[in-house]
Amino acid sequence: MRAFAYDRAGSAAEAVATVTAADGDTVYLGGGTNLVDLMRLGVARPARVVDVSGLPLDAVDELSGGGTLVGAAVRNSTLAADPRLRRDYPALSQALLAGASGQIRTMATVAGNLLQRTRCGYFTDVTKPCNKREPGSGCPARTGVHRDLAILGHSPACIATHPSDMAVALSALDATVHVLGADGGRVLALDDLLRLPGDAPDRDTTLRHGELITGIELPAPSALTRRSAYRKARDRASYAFAAGSVAAAVTVTDGRIDDVRLSFGAVAHRPWRARLAEDALRGGPADAAALGAAVDRELAAAAPFPDNAFKVPLVRRLAVATLLELIGGAR
Amino acid sequence: MTATADRTATTVRVEGPDKVTGAARYAAEHGAEGLAHGWIHGATVAHGRVLSVDVDAARAVPGVLAVFWHGNAPKLSKSPDPFSDVLQSDEVAFRGQVVALVVAETPEIAREVAATLRVEYAVEPHEVVLTDEHPRRYTPKRVNGFEDGDSVVGDPDAALAASPILIDARYSTPAEHNNPMEPHATVAEWSDGHLTVEDSNQGGVAVQALLAKIFLMLPGHIRVLNHHVGGGFGSKGTPRPATVLAAMASRELGRPVKVVLTRQQLFDLVGYRTPTRQRVRLGAGPDGRLRAISHEALSQTSTRTEFVEQSASGTRVMYAAPHRRTTHQVVELDVPMPSWLRAPGHAPGMFALESAMDELAVELGMDPVEIRRINEPDRDPEKDIPFSSRNLLACLDAGAERFGWDRRVPAVGARREGEWLVGLGVAASTYPVLAVPSVAKAMVDVQGRYLVAINATDIGTGARTALRTLAADELGVPAERVTVLIGDTRLPMATIAGGSMGTASWGWAVTKACRKLRRRIDRHGVGPDGLSAKGNTTADVLRLAKRSRHAFGAQFAEVRVNTVTGEVRVPRMVGVFAAGRIVNPVTARSQLLGGMTMGISMALHEHGVMDPRFGDHANHDLATYHVAAHADIGEIDVSWIDEHDPDVNGPGIKGIGEIGIVGTAAAVANAVYNATGVRVRDLPITLEKLLT
Repeated sequence: MRAFAYDRAGSAAEAVATVTAADGDTVYLGGGTNLVDLMRLGVARPARVVDVSGLPLDAVDELSGGGTLVGAAVRNSTLAADPRLRRDYPALSQALLAGASGQIRTMATVAGNLLQRTRCGYFTDVTKPCNKREPGSGCPARTGVHRDLAILGHSPACIATHPSDMAVALSALDATVHVLGADGGRVLALDDLLRLPGDAPDRDTTLRHGELITGIELPAPSALTRRSAYRKARDRASYAFAAGSVAAAVTVTDGRIDDVRLSFGAVAHRPWRARLAEDALRGGPADAAALGAAVDRELAAAAPFPDNAFKVPLVRRLAVATLLELIGGAR
Repeated sequence: MTATADRTATTVRVEGPDKVTGAARYAAEHGAEGLAHGWIHGATVAHGRVLSVDVDAARAVPGVLAVFWHGNAPKLSKSPDPFSDVLQSDEVAFRGQVVALVVAETPEIAREVAATLRVEYAVEPHEVVLTDEHPRRYTPKRVNGFEDGDSVVGDPDAALAASPILIDARYSTPAEHNNPMEPHATVAEWSDGHLTVEDSNQGGVAVQALLAKIFLMLPGHIRVLNHHVGGGFGSKGTPRPATVLAAMASRELGRPVKVVLTRQQLFDLVGYRTPTRQRVRLGAGPDGRLRAISHEALSQTSTRTEFVEQSASGTRVMYAAPHRRTTHQVVELDVPMPSWLRAPGHAPGMFALESAMDELAVELGMDPVEIRRINEPDRDPEKDIPFSSRNLLACLDAGAERFGWDRRVPAVGARREGEWLVGLGVAASTYPVLAVPSVAKAMVDVQGRYLVAINATDIGTGARTALRTLAADELGVPAERVTVLIGDTRLPMATIAGGSMGTASWGWAVTKACRKLRRRIDRHGVGPDGLSAKGNTTADVLRLAKRSRHAFGAQFAEVRVNTVTGEVRVPRMVGVFAAGRIVNPVTARSQLLGGMTMGISMALHEHGVMDPRFGDHANHDLATYHVAAHADIGEIDVSWIDEHDPDVNGPGIKGIGEIGIVGTAAAVANAVYNATGVRVRDLPITLEKLLT
């Protein structure tokens, strides 16, 4: 681990000014559950960390329009336990509780959860090539160890997956992300924050230099968000990243789907919002055949590798089962 | 009749309060005045030669004291154990091999400089993948455990060909890694030509002997202390690189040096269970009686050492059959050195045999417990000598009762609860019983306080507590009056904590010393100088009659398989063991429980994934190399048969360190078959294998 300087930010604006003024060697530190690991492994080698976990961004506020603003420094365990959010956005608390371990959730912040890096073993091992860690060095995963990696939206340069459970739920819930930069704030859709790898896999997000996530906004609760769920398949019962996961929300009237949201986890470089499947389902029958056909339509784009081909049927089954369960509960 | 743990004051761990309050100090927690810190740099190529190490650049970093590599490291006498043969040549035999040691004033500096050290290699092609028909596979003379590589009785080929029922199946188990909670660590210090090491190991005697050999010293000039050790599983049976490197660097620098392995380095440097590829053939009559058994096992080893996992060894004692064969083959690859991991041979081998027995039961439509009953031998079926005792059937019967085996539905996929298919499975366990000569000294003072001294090692098993119980029983005094001293090579010589033979070997010496002491007390009374007596079991071990000595057990598993995701859960297991005298029911239960937990982990999770391009196990940390989490373990019911076996050794102890892991994976796999009709022959049983 490289020796580094540690600053505790006094305010968000001050933190942004500090990091913006510095070169790329100065980074924000949240709960540290991922960054500190990466520093120990030599994957991240900052000269200075600016700790933003103590900033007053730790509240969950109901907004006047009915939405909710979750502060960036809210701990995962706090957010998961919020009774109002559990009622209005069950997929979110389910996803949070499906992630990591109790100890990690108690440390990890919401913004840190979104910005955690892939767990691809080539990315975390500095003795091996990785385009995400060292652009241009190559991607050994395509022909190497890739069981846990992407089947959708990957590129010749990178087949990493985004590891977050929470982000998959936020994607299905149409959450937006509040960002503060030196020139002021802006609000991005989650899909506009998290990138697909393309030819620049070193960039996980569209954040500009120095920008700080200050919060996540959930749209006003609705029948749809209240009938949402997150389901994760994993290799052990706890403390494992998803082998495949889905976040879903659906409303049904008279056997036909009014509205639906569907997002897949552990399949791509960001949560995979299944818009093709959603479009196919809206207004259609709420039965297993229609659900399966719609998910197949989404997964037609899947390009799995030899050892992760199982993710295609796994995600299909998870999506159909989760939607059927929500639909069944609606009756 | 079975017994389970009953908690009484004398069975509680002696050092329990020290451990939970942090007062117990482990190797890395020792820090001598002027301590320097060493950090290992491992090879980043799988095969080749080290051309150079940029020592000057590393030395230029403030705080760096030395960089050792083969170009400047002191020449040591050749070690008979390649694990302790470090920095003695330019050859790189596997990725992660020790190439350099950076020593600095702080561990942070040492780590950073080791991580960024520049090393030049001449790279040679490597081969790291074990395959069934590997052209360089060969038959070794001996396998681990001092057994012959091959064995044959009768004419197995002809008998298999003539058998009306034939099971012919191939099984595989992956690389599995030793991950004791406490990583390997050493603090070494020299003084006046004498070496003292605080070291995390399974036996100071082995460390002392090897260090004496490679540093050309009298063993008495080396003191090895290991008062508390946080697990080993076999990976601390002999010194690993940290021990030698700390001693070497300390001697060169004239300062005490600490070396601690990282979790990642454990995957390269301390031994792991080789992947195995096995073929089992069972020939039987329509009545289920075995006519022939053939078990062929293939494993890998490193070019640096011939370690042959004795996977077919358990098959030699399990079932009666007039015609039988076991074979072992091995391939030398450019891979890290495999070695002992809890129940070497028996853990992977009994997965294969006990799966095949289940397949035979299914083929015949017989109950899996019954098929084992009718093939129960009355003598060792291969050596044709008596068993000292054998209570497999009693374990199966007791286990079936405790588990509710009669509720099993033989038809596959017959029990469904919502999304879950439920299945039940059984498998047998066995592990050999060994005892190694040891010496103990028992003392008493005029106040009636007893001291028992023996260089035993407690790797977290409760050995210290068990020895106190054995001593107190033999002396006829309350355990509170007995203090047991262990973990120091200045104490009387004793064998390592390994091979499930620690408590038997040490306990034999302790009971012998205590018996002698008690006789002396009875004869002379205790004067102001006290009394003492020594127990040495060397002659006793040599005098043991020719018997087949084994512990046996039965494992029952209930599994649930999710029909949507293929996820497997094990809500319930029952294990019943026949392991001779159980000294301490509390710590014995913990060891068996731990073994079964590790067996579930082996069944469902553990898999060192070899990366063919780079030659290492790609998932080299505990986030990616999965072991069972708490949530994976449901109810585990552990008990044992009341077994009295005076033929096994002095105190009648068979050992319980390893048998708990043996058979577990087969019981789980057999239950998965019962639940789903899918026979998983390749561990681990991950969800994609059940997405049917």
